[in-house]
Amino acid sequence: MKKMGIIATKGTLDMAYPPLILASTAAALGWDVQVFCTFYGLDLLRKDLSGIRISPLANPAMPMPVPMPVLVSALPGMEAMATMMMKQKLKSKGVASLAELRDLCIEADVKFAACQMTVELFEYDHSEFIGGVDFVGAASFMEFAGEADVCLFI
Amino acid sequence: MNVDKELDARGLNCPLPILKTKKSLADMSTGQVLKVISTDAGSVKDMQAFANQTGNVLVSQSEVNGEYVFFMQKK
Repeated sequence: MKKMGIIATKGTLDMAYPPLILASTAAALGWDVQVFCTFYGLDLLRKDLSGIRISPLANPAMPMPVPMPVLVSALPGMEAMATMMMKQKLKSKGVASLAELRDLCIEADVKFAACQMTVELFEYDHSEFIGGVDFVGAASFMEFAGEADVCLFI
Repeated sequence: MNVDKELDARGLNCPLPILKTKKSLADMSTGQVLKVISTDAGSVKDMQAFANQTGNVLVSQSEVNGEYVFFMQKK
């Protein structure tokens, strides 16, 4: 059986997708998959995913309906608006929601691990995360990654 | 072709057609045929890749009016 290890470090709407898409797909292909979530990647494991947002700031590649100067992107409410527009776009194109993809991962036996160091750093409580998450350190991930055929840092 | 089960994946985007194909095959028996209809252009290559890696057989695939039809035989 092939193995894939993913290190998920980002907690924005756009960057939350690749780890979940690759993990769910690899699991569907019969791969053994572990996703190690650290720093902002921990947001992928929180019970409520609705707080995950995207910002047009410092993201010049993000398509906008009209050209948007940086100072306008920095205005209050712009992040919420960009997030709403992105979510509408994802839905209209038949892309799964993050929650749906995560459920499919869990169903397909993808293993999720949370970096205990960053959990403590951000003062999160274990109860804020979904069930089945292992709270581990780097050495535990390396044990899996050392045997992995594919290892990604996202 | 004798079809045992049909999956309508129209309107769904990557990776949902593959994930739902996998799920549909899960409760089928060896030799049975699953028909999948998709509108995701990426699924043309992905279904073949899925078959190559899982051992299920992609018996045929075709395109009709922007819809892709696959016949997948369970391993």
